[in-house]
Amino acid sequence: MNEFDQDARFAKMWDQGESLALLRTAFDQLEIQVVEFRGEQTLIVAPEALLDVLAFLRDDGGCDFDFLTDVTALHWPGREKPFEMVYQLYSFSRNKRLRLKCAVGVDPVVPSVSPLWPTANWLERECYDMFGVQFEGHPNLRRILMPADYEGWPLRKEFPLKSFSSD
Amino acid sequence: MSEALNQKSPGFDSSDHENEIITLNMGPSHPATHGVLRLVLELDGEIVRSCRPDLGYLHRGFEKIAENKTWQQFMAWTDRMDYLAPISNNVGYALAVEKLLGIDVPPRCKDLRVILCELSRISAHMLWLGTHALDLGAMTVFFYTYQQREMLYDLFEEITGARLTTTTVRIGGMARDASPEWLKKVGEFLDRFVPVLDDCERLLTRNRIWMGRTQDVGVLSAEDAVAMGCTGPVLRGSGVEWDLRRAQPYLSYPDYDFEIPVGSIGDCYDRYLVRVEEMRQSVRIVRQGLEHIPEGALNADAPKVVLPPKEKVLSSMEGLIHHFMILTEGIHPPQGEVYHGIEGAKGEIGFFLASDGGPSAYRCRLRTGAFVNLQAIEKMVLGSMIADVVTIVGSLDPVMGEVDR
Repeated sequence: MNEFDQDARFAKMWDQGESLALLRTAFDQLEIQVVEFRGEQTLIVAPEALLDVLAFLRDDGGCDFDFLTDVTALHWPGREKPFEMVYQLYSFSRNKRLRLKCAVGVDPVVPSVSPLWPTANWLERECYDMFGVQFEGHPNLRRILMPADYEGWPLRKEFPLKSFSSD
Repeated sequence: MSEALNQKSPGFDSSDHENEIITLNMGPSHPATHGVLRLVLELDGEIVRSCRPDLGYLHRGFEKIAENKTWQQFMAWTDRMDYLAPISNNVGYALAVEKLLGIDVPPRCKDLRVILCELSRISAHMLWLGTHALDLGAMTVFFYTYQQREMLYDLFEEITGARLTTTTVRIGGMARDASPEWLKKVGEFLDRFVPVLDDCERLLTRNRIWMGRTQDVGVLSAEDAVAMGCTGPVLRGSGVEWDLRRAQPYLSYPDYDFEIPVGSIGDCYDRYLVRVEEMRQSVRIVRQGLEHIPEGALNADAPKVVLPPKEKVLSSMEGLIHHFMILTEGIHPPQGEVYHGIEGAKGEIGFFLASDGGPSAYRCRLRTGAFVNLQAIEKMVLGSMIADVVTIVGSLDPVMGEVDR
Protein backbone atom coordinates (compact mmCIF):
# COMPACT_ATOMS: atom_id res chain seq x y z
CA MET A 1 0.00 0.00 0.00
CA ASN A 2 1.59 3.30 -0.99
CA GLU A 3 1.50 6.54 0.90
CA PHE A 4 -1.53 7.90 -0.95
CA ASP A 5 -3.74 4.81 -0.54
CA GLN A 6 -2.92 4.98 3.13
CA ASP A 7 -3.98 8.64 3.34
CA ALA A 8 -7.23 7.81 1.54
CA ARG A 9 -7.92 5.13 4.15
CA PHE A 10 -7.49 7.66 6.99
CA ALA A 11 -9.55 10.24 5.12
CA LYS A 12 -12.62 7.99 5.45
CA MET A 13 -12.41 8.37 9.23
CA TRP A 14 -12.19 12.17 9.15
CA ASP A 15 -14.57 14.93 8.25
CA GLN A 16 -13.75 15.98 4.70
CA GLY A 17 -15.28 19.42 4.49
CA GLU A 18 -18.91 18.59 5.30
CA SER A 19 -18.75 20.52 8.56
CA LEU A 20 -16.62 23.21 6.98
CA ALA A 21 -19.35 23.92 4.42
CA LEU A 22 -21.98 24.12 7.15
CA LEU A 23 -19.75 26.39 9.24
CA ARG A 24 -19.13 28.71 6.29
CA THR A 25 -22.88 29.02 5.77
CA ALA A 26 -23.63 29.68 9.41
CA PHE A 27 -20.69 32.02 10.07
CA ASP A 28 -20.34 33.91 6.80
CA GLN A 29 -18.09 36.61 8.28
CA LEU A 30 -15.70 34.18 9.96
CA GLU A 31 -12.31 33.43 8.50
CA ILE A 32 -11.62 29.70 8.64
CA GLN A 33 -8.22 28.37 7.74
CA VAL A 34 -8.09 24.74 6.60
CA VAL A 35 -5.10 22.40 6.90
CA GLU A 36 -5.14 18.93 5.41
CA PHE A 37 -2.51 16.32 6.16
CA ARG A 38 -2.68 12.50 5.97
CA GLY A 39 -6.42 12.64 5.38
CA GLU A 40 -7.02 14.65 8.55
CA GLN A 41 -8.79 17.95 8.37
CA THR A 42 -7.89 20.74 10.77
CA LEU A 43 -9.89 23.97 10.96
CA ILE A 44 -8.28 27.05 12.46
CA VAL A 45 -10.50 29.85 13.75
CA ALA A 46 -10.04 33.02 15.80
CA PRO A 47 -10.31 32.62 19.60
CA GLU A 48 -13.25 35.07 19.76
CA ALA A 49 -15.33 32.68 17.66
CA LEU A 50 -14.07 29.49 19.35
CA LEU A 51 -16.97 28.85 21.69
CA ASP A 52 -19.64 29.62 19.08
CA VAL A 53 -17.97 27.41 16.51
CA LEU A 54 -17.57 24.51 18.93
CA ALA A 55 -21.18 24.86 20.08
CA PHE A 56 -22.28 24.84 16.44
CA LEU A 57 -20.18 21.76 15.68
CA ARG A 58 -21.71 19.97 18.64
CA ASP A 59 -25.35 20.97 18.11
CA ASP A 60 -25.80 21.15 14.36
CA GLY A 61 -27.34 17.94 13.06
CA GLY A 62 -25.04 17.84 10.06
CA CYS A 63 -21.91 18.07 12.21
CA ASP A 64 -23.06 16.30 15.37
CA PHE A 65 -19.70 16.21 17.15
CA ASP A 66 -21.09 14.93 20.44
CA PHE A 67 -17.80 13.61 21.78
CA LEU A 68 -14.79 15.65 22.80
CA THR A 69 -11.79 13.34 22.57
CA ASP A 70 -9.06 15.67 23.69
CA VAL A 71 -8.07 19.21 24.56
CA THR A 72 -4.46 20.21 24.43
CA ALA A 73 -2.13 22.99 23.35
CA LEU A 74 0.97 23.56 21.27
CA HIS A 75 3.66 26.09 22.10
CA TRP A 76 5.44 27.85 19.23
CA PRO A 77 7.78 30.45 20.75
CA GLY A 78 8.70 33.18 18.30
CA ARG A 79 5.31 33.32 16.66
CA GLU A 80 3.17 36.38 17.13
CA LYS A 81 0.57 34.20 18.81
CA PRO A 82 2.72 31.52 20.43
CA PHE A 83 0.01 29.19 21.72
CA GLU A 84 -2.32 27.00 19.75
CA MET A 85 -5.31 25.33 21.33
CA VAL A 86 -6.15 21.91 19.88
CA TYR A 87 -9.59 20.28 20.17
CA GLN A 88 -10.08 16.76 18.85
CA LEU A 89 -13.73 16.13 18.11
CA TYR A 90 -15.53 12.92 17.29
CA SER A 91 -19.06 12.22 16.12
CA PHE A 92 -20.62 8.88 17.08
CA SER A 93 -23.43 9.15 14.55
CA ARG A 94 -21.18 10.07 11.60
CA ASN A 95 -18.10 8.20 12.81
CA LYS A 96 -15.87 11.11 11.82
CA ARG A 97 -13.14 13.02 13.54
CA LEU A 98 -12.30 16.69 13.18
CA ARG A 99 -9.60 18.88 14.70
CA LEU A 100 -10.24 22.47 15.59
CA LYS A 101 -7.42 24.83 16.48
CA CYS A 102 -7.09 28.45 17.45
CA ALA A 103 -4.00 30.57 18.00
CA VAL A 104 -3.73 32.67 21.15
CA GLY A 105 -1.15 35.18 22.25
CA VAL A 106 1.28 35.44 25.17
CA ASP A 107 -0.55 34.94 28.50
CA PRO A 108 -3.09 32.72 26.78
CA VAL A 109 -6.74 33.03 27.76
CA VAL A 110 -9.50 31.03 26.07
CA PRO A 111 -13.11 30.30 27.04
CA SER A 112 -13.65 26.96 28.76
CA VAL A 113 -15.60 24.38 26.79
CA SER A 114 -16.61 22.44 29.90
CA PRO A 115 -20.19 23.79 29.67
CA LEU A 116 -20.40 22.08 26.28
CA TRP A 117 -18.59 18.86 27.16
CA PRO A 118 -18.13 18.09 30.88
CA THR A 119 -15.13 15.92 29.99
CA ALA A 120 -13.21 19.12 29.23
CA ASN A 121 -12.96 19.76 32.97
CA TRP A 122 -9.89 17.59 33.59
CA LEU A 123 -8.49 17.99 30.08
CA GLU A 124 -8.43 21.77 30.49
CA ARG A 125 -7.01 21.48 33.97
CA GLU A 126 -4.14 19.45 32.54
CA CYS A 127 -3.65 22.02 29.79
CA TYR A 128 -3.56 24.80 32.40
CA ASP A 129 -1.17 22.75 34.51
CA MET A 130 1.26 22.13 31.65
CA PHE A 131 1.01 25.32 29.55
CA GLY A 132 -0.49 27.94 31.85
CA VAL A 133 -3.49 28.49 29.59
CA GLN A 134 -6.28 30.26 31.47
CA PHE A 135 -9.74 28.88 30.78
CA GLU A 136 -12.44 31.47 31.41
CA GLY A 137 -15.51 30.04 33.04
CA HIS A 138 -13.84 26.79 34.11
CA PRO A 139 -15.49 25.51 37.31
CA ASN A 140 -12.30 24.38 39.04
CA LEU A 141 -9.14 25.58 37.35
CA ARG A 142 -6.40 24.08 39.55
CA ARG A 143 -3.27 22.08 38.80
CA ILE A 144 -4.03 18.40 38.33
CA LEU A 145 -0.81 16.46 37.80
CA MET A 146 1.84 18.79 39.24
CA PRO A 147 1.78 19.72 42.94
CA ALA A 148 -0.51 22.61 43.87
CA ASP A 149 2.41 24.87 44.87
CA TYR A 150 4.48 24.14 41.76
CA GLU A 151 5.84 27.09 39.83
CA GLY A 152 6.32 27.14 36.08
CA TRP A 153 4.62 25.56 33.07
CA PRO A 154 6.44 22.32 32.24
CA LEU A 155 5.39 21.83 28.62
CA ARG A 156 6.33 25.32 27.47
CA LYS A 157 9.38 25.17 25.26
CA GLU A 158 11.49 27.42 27.49
CA PHE A 159 11.04 25.02 30.40
CA PRO A 160 14.12 22.77 30.60
CA LEU A 161 13.88 18.98 30.64
CA LYS A 162 15.50 18.96 34.03
CA SER A 163 13.46 21.12 36.37
CA PHE A 164 14.43 24.61 37.54
CA SER A 165 14.84 23.37 41.10
CA SER A 166 16.08 20.04 42.36
CA ASP A 167 13.27 19.41 44.85
CA MET B 1 -32.68 4.72 68.08
CA SER B 2 -30.64 7.72 69.19
CA GLU B 3 -32.57 7.94 72.46
CA ALA B 4 -31.74 4.31 73.21
CA LEU B 5 -28.12 5.02 72.45
CA ASN B 6 -28.10 8.02 74.77
CA GLN B 7 -29.58 6.00 77.61
CA LYS B 8 -26.97 3.29 77.23
CA SER B 9 -23.98 5.60 77.13
CA PRO B 10 -24.31 8.47 79.53
CA GLY B 11 -22.44 11.57 78.55
CA PHE B 12 -22.77 10.79 74.83
CA ASP B 13 -25.31 12.77 72.91
CA SER B 14 -25.52 11.48 69.35
CA SER B 15 -27.58 14.47 68.28
CA ASP B 16 -24.33 16.46 68.41
CA HIS B 17 -23.14 14.39 65.45
CA GLU B 18 -26.18 14.69 63.27
CA ASN B 19 -25.34 15.87 59.75
CA GLU B 20 -21.70 16.01 60.68
CA ILE B 21 -19.47 15.66 57.63
CA ILE B 22 -16.26 13.73 58.11
CA THR B 23 -13.40 14.11 55.65
CA LEU B 24 -11.69 10.84 54.86
CA ASN B 25 -8.44 10.57 53.00
CA MET B 26 -8.26 7.40 50.90
CA GLY B 27 -4.88 6.76 49.36
CA PRO B 28 -2.46 7.54 47.76
CA SER B 29 -1.16 4.21 49.02
CA HIS B 30 -4.27 2.25 49.69
CA PRO B 31 -4.54 -1.39 48.66
CA ALA B 32 -7.89 -0.87 46.93
CA THR B 33 -6.98 2.13 44.79
CA HIS B 34 -4.74 0.11 42.43
CA GLY B 35 -1.80 2.43 42.44
CA VAL B 36 -1.23 5.88 43.78
CA LEU B 37 -4.71 7.33 43.49
CA ARG B 38 -5.80 9.61 46.30
CA LEU B 39 -9.46 10.29 46.93
CA VAL B 40 -10.57 12.89 49.45
CA LEU B 41 -14.06 11.83 50.51
CA GLU B 42 -16.58 13.75 52.52
CA LEU B 43 -18.79 11.40 54.44
CA ASP B 44 -22.10 11.77 56.16
CA GLY B 45 -22.03 8.61 58.23
CA GLU B 46 -21.26 5.98 55.61
CA ILE B 47 -22.67 7.95 52.72
CA VAL B 48 -20.35 9.75 50.33
CA ARG B 49 -21.31 13.40 49.90
CA SER B 50 -18.39 14.49 47.78
CA CYS B 51 -15.29 13.00 46.23
CA ARG B 52 -12.20 14.87 45.11
CA PRO B 53 -9.60 12.81 43.26
CA ASP B 54 -6.02 13.97 43.66
CA LEU B 55 -3.74 12.79 40.87
CA GLY B 56 -0.17 13.18 39.82
CA TYR B 57 1.66 10.90 42.25
CA LEU B 58 2.96 8.89 39.30
CA HIS B 59 3.47 11.82 36.94
CA ARG B 60 6.76 11.37 35.10
CA GLY B 61 6.40 13.98 32.39
CA PHE B 62 6.23 11.64 29.40
CA GLU B 63 5.02 14.37 27.06
CA LYS B 64 8.09 16.45 27.91
CA ILE B 65 10.41 13.46 27.59
CA ALA B 66 8.98 12.71 24.12
CA GLU B 67 10.20 16.12 22.95
CA ASN B 68 13.72 15.25 24.06
CA LYS B 69 14.07 11.69 22.73
CA THR B 70 14.14 10.39 19.18
CA TRP B 71 10.92 8.99 17.77
CA GLN B 72 12.01 5.40 18.29
CA GLN B 73 13.55 5.98 21.73
CA PHE B 74 10.22 7.19 23.07
CA MET B 75 8.74 3.74 22.40
CA ALA B 76 10.27 2.59 25.68
CA TRP B 77 8.26 5.18 27.63
CA THR B 78 4.95 4.13 26.12
CA ASP B 79 5.38 0.77 27.88
CA ARG B 80 5.15 2.56 31.16
CA MET B 81 1.78 4.18 30.49
CA ASP B 82 -0.63 1.29 30.80
CA TYR B 83 2.01 -1.07 32.09
CA LEU B 84 -0.48 -3.93 32.19
CA ALA B 85 -0.89 -3.88 28.42
CA PRO B 86 2.42 -2.41 27.25
CA ILE B 87 2.25 -3.84 23.73
CA SER B 88 -1.03 -2.02 22.99
CA ASN B 89 0.66 1.27 23.84
CA ASN B 90 3.68 0.39 21.70
CA VAL B 91 1.42 -0.44 18.79
CA GLY B 92 -0.65 2.73 19.20
CA TYR B 93 2.44 4.91 19.21
CA ALA B 94 4.01 3.08 16.28
CA LEU B 95 0.80 3.43 14.26
CA ALA B 96 0.69 7.17 14.95
CA VAL B 97 4.31 7.67 13.86
CA GLU B 98 3.75 5.43 10.81
CA LYS B 99 0.75 7.57 9.89
CA LEU B 100 2.91 10.67 10.20
CA LEU B 101 5.58 9.06 8.00
CA GLY B 102 3.03 7.74 5.52
CA ILE B 103 4.25 4.14 5.70
CA ASP B 104 2.35 0.92 6.22
CA VAL B 105 3.53 -2.37 7.69
CA PRO B 106 3.26 -5.75 5.88
CA PRO B 107 0.33 -8.14 6.58
CA ARG B 108 2.39 -10.46 8.78
CA CYS B 109 3.31 -7.58 11.06
CA LYS B 110 -0.32 -6.46 11.26
CA ASP B 111 -1.54 -9.89 12.31
CA LEU B 112 1.28 -10.34 14.79
CA ARG B 113 0.50 -6.96 16.32
CA VAL B 114 -3.19 -7.88 16.56
CA ILE B 115 -2.31 -11.14 18.33
CA LEU B 116 -0.03 -9.34 20.78
CA CYS B 117 -2.54 -6.54 21.41
CA GLU B 118 -5.29 -9.01 22.19
CA LEU B 119 -3.03 -11.08 24.46
CA SER B 120 -2.21 -7.82 26.27
CA ARG B 121 -5.89 -7.08 26.63
CA ILE B 122 -6.44 -10.53 28.16
CA SER B 123 -3.51 -9.95 30.50
CA ALA B 124 -4.78 -6.52 31.57
CA HIS B 125 -8.36 -7.71 32.07
CA MET B 126 -7.19 -10.76 34.01
CA LEU B 127 -5.28 -8.53 36.41
CA TRP B 128 -8.34 -6.31 36.74
CA LEU B 129 -10.59 -9.32 37.40
CA GLY B 130 -8.28 -10.75 40.06
CA THR B 131 -7.75 -7.50 41.95
CA HIS B 132 -11.35 -6.37 41.62
CA ALA B 133 -12.55 -9.66 43.08
CA LEU B 134 -9.91 -9.45 45.80
CA ASP B 135 -11.11 -5.96 46.74
CA LEU B 136 -14.62 -7.32 47.16
CA GLY B 137 -13.47 -10.27 49.25
CA ALA B 138 -13.37 -13.06 46.66
CA MET B 139 -9.79 -14.17 47.05
CA THR B 140 -9.75 -17.40 45.01
CA VAL B 141 -10.22 -15.64 41.69
CA PHE B 142 -7.02 -13.68 42.27
CA PHE B 143 -4.91 -16.86 42.27
CA TYR B 144 -6.62 -18.23 39.17
CA THR B 145 -6.09 -15.04 37.20
CA TYR B 146 -2.50 -14.53 38.34
CA GLN B 147 -1.55 -18.04 37.34
CA GLN B 148 -2.83 -17.34 33.82
CA ARG B 149 -1.03 -14.01 33.67
CA GLU B 150 2.18 -15.77 34.61
CA MET B 151 1.80 -17.99 31.55
CA LEU B 152 1.06 -14.94 29.42
CA TYR B 153 4.16 -13.23 30.74
CA ASP B 154 6.18 -16.30 29.75
CA LEU B 155 4.80 -15.93 26.22
CA PHE B 156 5.62 -12.21 26.15
CA GLU B 157 9.09 -12.88 27.49
CA GLU B 158 9.75 -15.42 24.79
CA ILE B 159 8.88 -13.09 21.93
CA THR B 160 9.93 -9.71 23.33
CA GLY B 161 12.69 -10.57 25.80
CA ALA B 162 10.92 -8.82 28.66
CA ARG B 163 7.96 -9.62 30.82
CA LEU B 164 6.58 -6.20 31.62
CA THR B 165 8.31 -3.43 29.69
CA THR B 166 8.35 -5.03 26.28
CA THR B 167 9.29 -2.19 23.85
CA THR B 168 8.99 -4.82 21.15
CA VAL B 169 7.35 -2.74 18.47
CA ARG B 170 9.49 -0.73 16.08
CA ILE B 171 8.36 2.12 13.90
CA GLY B 172 7.62 0.28 10.66
CA GLY B 173 7.73 -3.22 12.08
CA MET B 174 8.64 -5.38 15.04
CA ALA B 175 11.89 -6.11 16.84
CA ARG B 176 11.49 -9.89 16.48
CA ASP B 177 9.43 -12.26 14.44
CA ALA B 178 7.24 -14.95 15.95
CA SER B 179 8.51 -18.49 15.54
CA PRO B 180 6.08 -21.29 14.57
CA GLU B 181 6.71 -22.81 18.02
CA TRP B 182 5.68 -19.58 19.73
CA LEU B 183 2.46 -19.39 17.73
CA LYS B 184 1.74 -22.99 18.68
CA LYS B 185 2.31 -22.15 22.33
CA VAL B 186 -0.15 -19.26 22.09
CA GLY B 187 -2.77 -21.71 20.81
CA GLU B 188 -2.03 -24.08 23.68
CA PHE B 189 -2.31 -21.21 26.16
CA LEU B 190 -5.77 -20.31 24.83
CA ASP B 191 -6.90 -23.92 25.24
CA ARG B 192 -5.87 -23.84 28.90
CA PHE B 193 -7.09 -20.30 29.49
CA VAL B 194 -10.74 -20.60 28.47
CA PRO B 195 -11.62 -23.25 31.12
CA VAL B 196 -10.01 -21.07 33.81
CA LEU B 197 -12.07 -18.08 32.68
CA ASP B 198 -15.14 -20.34 32.91
CA ASP B 199 -14.12 -21.21 36.46
CA CYS B 200 -13.77 -17.54 37.39
CA GLU B 201 -17.19 -16.84 35.95
CA ARG B 202 -18.67 -19.78 37.86
CA LEU B 203 -17.25 -18.26 41.04
CA LEU B 204 -18.62 -14.78 40.38
CA THR B 205 -21.29 -14.25 37.74
CA ARG B 206 -24.20 -15.84 39.61
CA ASN B 207 -22.61 -15.44 43.04
CA ARG B 208 -25.12 -13.88 45.42
CA ILE B 209 -22.53 -11.75 47.23
CA TRP B 210 -20.83 -10.61 44.03
CA MET B 211 -24.15 -9.59 42.52
CA GLY B 212 -25.11 -7.82 45.74
CA ARG B 213 -21.86 -5.87 45.80
CA THR B 214 -21.83 -4.85 42.13
CA GLN B 215 -25.41 -4.62 40.85
CA ASP B 216 -26.90 -1.12 40.86
CA VAL B 217 -23.64 0.20 42.25
CA GLY B 218 -21.90 3.09 40.50
CA VAL B 219 -24.50 3.45 37.78
CA LEU B 220 -23.29 5.57 34.85
CA SER B 221 -25.88 6.36 32.22
CA ALA B 222 -24.98 6.30 28.54
CA GLU B 223 -25.50 10.08 28.24
CA ASP B 224 -23.22 10.75 31.21
CA ALA B 225 -20.59 8.35 29.91
CA VAL B 226 -20.47 10.16 26.56
CA ALA B 227 -20.51 13.60 28.20
CA MET B 228 -17.67 12.62 30.54
CA GLY B 229 -15.64 11.34 27.58
CA CYS B 230 -15.56 7.74 28.78
CA THR B 231 -14.29 5.14 26.36
CA GLY B 232 -13.49 1.44 26.42
CA PRO B 233 -15.27 -1.01 28.72
CA VAL B 234 -16.68 1.84 30.84
CA LEU B 235 -18.53 3.32 27.85
CA ARG B 236 -19.63 -0.11 26.61
CA GLY B 237 -20.76 -1.09 30.10
CA SER B 238 -23.15 1.86 29.91
CA GLY B 239 -24.67 0.42 26.76
CA VAL B 240 -22.89 2.36 24.00
CA GLU B 241 -21.74 -0.05 21.34
CA TRP B 242 -18.54 1.68 20.32
CA ASP B 243 -15.16 0.12 19.86
CA LEU B 244 -12.36 1.73 17.87
CA ARG B 245 -11.38 -1.68 16.50
CA ARG B 246 -14.71 -1.64 14.67
CA ALA B 247 -15.55 2.09 14.32
CA GLN B 248 -12.17 3.31 13.08
CA PRO B 249 -10.31 0.09 12.39
CA TYR B 250 -6.55 -0.12 12.33
CA LEU B 251 -4.10 -2.97 11.63
CA SER B 252 -5.97 -5.94 10.15
CA TYR B 253 -9.01 -5.76 12.46
CA PRO B 254 -11.49 -5.50 9.54
CA ASP B 255 -10.53 -9.10 8.64
CA TYR B 256 -11.47 -10.43 12.07
CA ASP B 257 -14.81 -11.66 13.22
CA PHE B 258 -15.64 -10.56 16.75
CA GLU B 259 -18.47 -9.08 18.73
CA ILE B 260 -18.64 -5.96 20.88
CA PRO B 261 -20.24 -6.74 24.24
CA VAL B 262 -22.34 -3.98 25.80
CA GLY B 263 -24.02 -3.57 29.17
CA SER B 264 -27.52 -2.32 29.80
CA ILE B 265 -27.69 -0.01 32.84
CA GLY B 266 -24.02 0.83 33.37
CA ASP B 267 -23.47 -0.49 36.88
CA CYS B 268 -20.34 -2.24 38.15
CA TYR B 269 -21.84 -5.62 37.28
CA ASP B 270 -22.32 -4.58 33.66
CA ARG B 271 -18.73 -3.43 33.41
CA TYR B 272 -17.67 -6.77 34.90
CA LEU B 273 -19.70 -8.70 32.32
CA VAL B 274 -18.38 -6.56 29.49
CA ARG B 275 -14.74 -7.13 30.42
CA VAL B 276 -15.18 -10.87 30.86
CA GLU B 277 -16.87 -11.12 27.47
CA GLU B 278 -14.13 -8.97 25.94
CA MET B 279 -11.61 -11.57 27.04
CA ARG B 280 -13.63 -14.27 25.28
CA GLN B 281 -13.76 -12.13 22.14
CA SER B 282 -10.01 -11.53 22.40
CA VAL B 283 -9.54 -15.31 22.50
CA ARG B 284 -11.60 -15.53 19.30
CA ILE B 285 -9.49 -12.84 17.64
CA VAL B 286 -6.19 -14.46 18.63
CA ARG B 287 -7.39 -17.86 17.35
CA GLN B 288 -8.28 -16.28 13.99
CA GLY B 289 -4.96 -14.47 13.95
CA LEU B 290 -3.05 -17.71 14.53
CA GLU B 291 -4.91 -19.26 11.62
CA HIS B 292 -4.40 -16.58 9.03
CA ILE B 293 -1.10 -14.96 9.96
CA PRO B 294 0.72 -15.02 6.62
CA GLU B 295 4.36 -15.78 5.95
CA GLY B 296 6.45 -13.00 4.54
CA ALA B 297 8.22 -9.81 5.45
CA LEU B 298 7.75 -8.43 8.93
CA ASN B 299 9.10 -4.92 8.49
CA ALA B 300 8.01 -2.19 6.12
CA ASP B 301 10.13 -1.55 3.07
CA ALA B 302 11.27 1.86 4.28
CA PRO B 303 15.07 1.90 4.54
CA LYS B 304 15.23 5.37 6.07
CA VAL B 305 12.94 4.33 8.92
CA VAL B 306 13.40 0.64 9.62
CA LEU B 307 16.77 -0.70 10.71
CA PRO B 308 18.26 -3.03 8.08
CA PRO B 309 18.92 -6.66 9.04
CA LYS B 310 22.33 -7.26 10.57
CA GLU B 311 23.75 -9.12 7.57
CA LYS B 312 22.94 -6.15 5.32
CA VAL B 313 24.75 -3.84 7.74
CA LEU B 314 27.83 -6.04 7.56
CA SER B 315 27.76 -6.64 3.81
CA SER B 316 26.36 -3.56 2.05
CA MET B 317 27.24 0.10 2.04
CA GLU B 318 23.59 1.26 2.05
CA GLY B 319 22.81 -1.02 4.96
CA LEU B 320 25.70 0.38 6.97
CA ILE B 321 24.78 4.00 6.20
CA HIS B 322 21.10 3.52 7.04
CA HIS B 323 21.94 1.69 10.24
CA PHE B 324 24.31 4.47 11.28
CA MET B 325 21.96 7.31 10.35
CA ILE B 326 18.89 5.81 12.01
CA LEU B 327 20.77 5.13 15.21
CA THR B 328 22.68 8.41 15.44
CA GLU B 329 20.25 10.93 13.95
CA GLY B 330 16.95 9.10 14.17
CA ILE B 331 14.22 9.33 11.61
CA HIS B 332 12.87 12.55 10.14
CA PRO B 333 9.10 12.51 9.54
CA PRO B 334 7.65 15.34 7.43
CA GLN B 335 6.26 18.45 9.08
CA GLY B 336 2.68 18.02 10.15
CA GLU B 337 0.28 16.89 12.81
CA VAL B 338 -1.58 13.61 13.13
CA TYR B 339 -3.90 12.00 15.66
CA HIS B 340 -4.26 8.27 15.92
CA GLY B 341 -6.38 6.47 18.49
CA ILE B 342 -6.47 2.77 19.27
CA GLU B 343 -8.69 0.68 21.52
CA GLY B 344 -6.50 0.02 24.55
CA ALA B 345 -7.50 -2.21 27.44
CA LYS B 346 -8.81 0.81 29.39
CA GLY B 347 -10.23 2.87 26.55
CA GLU B 348 -9.09 5.04 23.71
CA ILE B 349 -5.35 5.64 23.74
CA GLY B 350 -4.78 8.56 21.41
CA PHE B 351 -1.47 9.94 20.22
CA PHE B 352 -1.47 13.47 18.86
CA LEU B 353 1.91 14.03 17.27
CA ALA B 354 3.26 17.29 15.93
CA SER B 355 6.44 17.12 13.90
CA ASP B 356 8.65 20.00 12.79
CA GLY B 357 10.63 17.64 10.59
CA GLY B 358 13.19 16.97 13.30
CA PRO B 359 14.42 13.73 14.83
CA SER B 360 12.12 13.99 17.85
CA ALA B 361 8.50 14.95 18.37
CA TYR B 362 7.74 18.65 18.54
CA ARG B 363 4.79 17.69 20.68
CA CYS B 364 3.53 14.24 21.69
CA ARG B 365 0.18 14.41 23.39
CA LEU B 366 -0.93 11.23 25.14
CA ARG B 367 -4.70 11.03 25.50
CA THR B 368 -5.35 8.02 27.67
CA GLY B 369 -8.56 6.20 28.44
CA ALA B 370 -7.87 5.70 32.13
CA PHE B 371 -7.33 9.43 32.78
CA VAL B 372 -10.56 10.53 31.14
CA ASN B 373 -12.60 7.61 32.50
CA LEU B 374 -11.46 8.35 36.05
CA GLN B 375 -13.11 11.75 35.81
CA ALA B 376 -16.50 10.05 36.00
CA ILE B 377 -15.77 8.85 39.54
CA GLU B 378 -16.74 12.17 41.16
CA LYS B 379 -20.25 11.68 39.86
CA MET B 380 -20.49 7.91 40.31
CA VAL B 381 -19.69 7.75 44.01
CA LEU B 382 -22.05 10.54 45.09
CA GLY B 383 -24.64 9.19 47.49
CA SER B 384 -23.18 5.70 47.58
CA MET B 385 -21.86 3.87 50.63
CA ILE B 386 -18.17 4.12 51.43
CA ALA B 387 -17.65 0.39 50.79
CA ASP B 388 -18.98 0.92 47.27
CA VAL B 389 -16.22 3.42 46.53
CA VAL B 390 -13.84 0.46 46.39
CA THR B 391 -16.15 -1.33 43.94
CA ILE B 392 -16.53 1.74 41.76
CA VAL B 393 -12.80 2.50 41.62
CA GLY B 394 -12.18 -1.13 40.73
CA SER B 395 -14.82 -1.16 38.01
CA LEU B 396 -13.31 1.94 36.37
CA ASP B 397 -10.02 0.04 36.23
CA PRO B 398 -7.64 2.98 36.50
CA VAL B 399 -3.97 2.24 35.98
CA MET B 400 -2.15 5.18 37.46
CA GLY B 401 0.73 4.88 35.01
CA GLU B 402 -1.75 5.71 32.29
CA VAL B 403 -3.64 8.30 34.31
CA ASP B 404 -0.62 10.34 35.38
CA ARG B 405 1.78 9.56 32.53
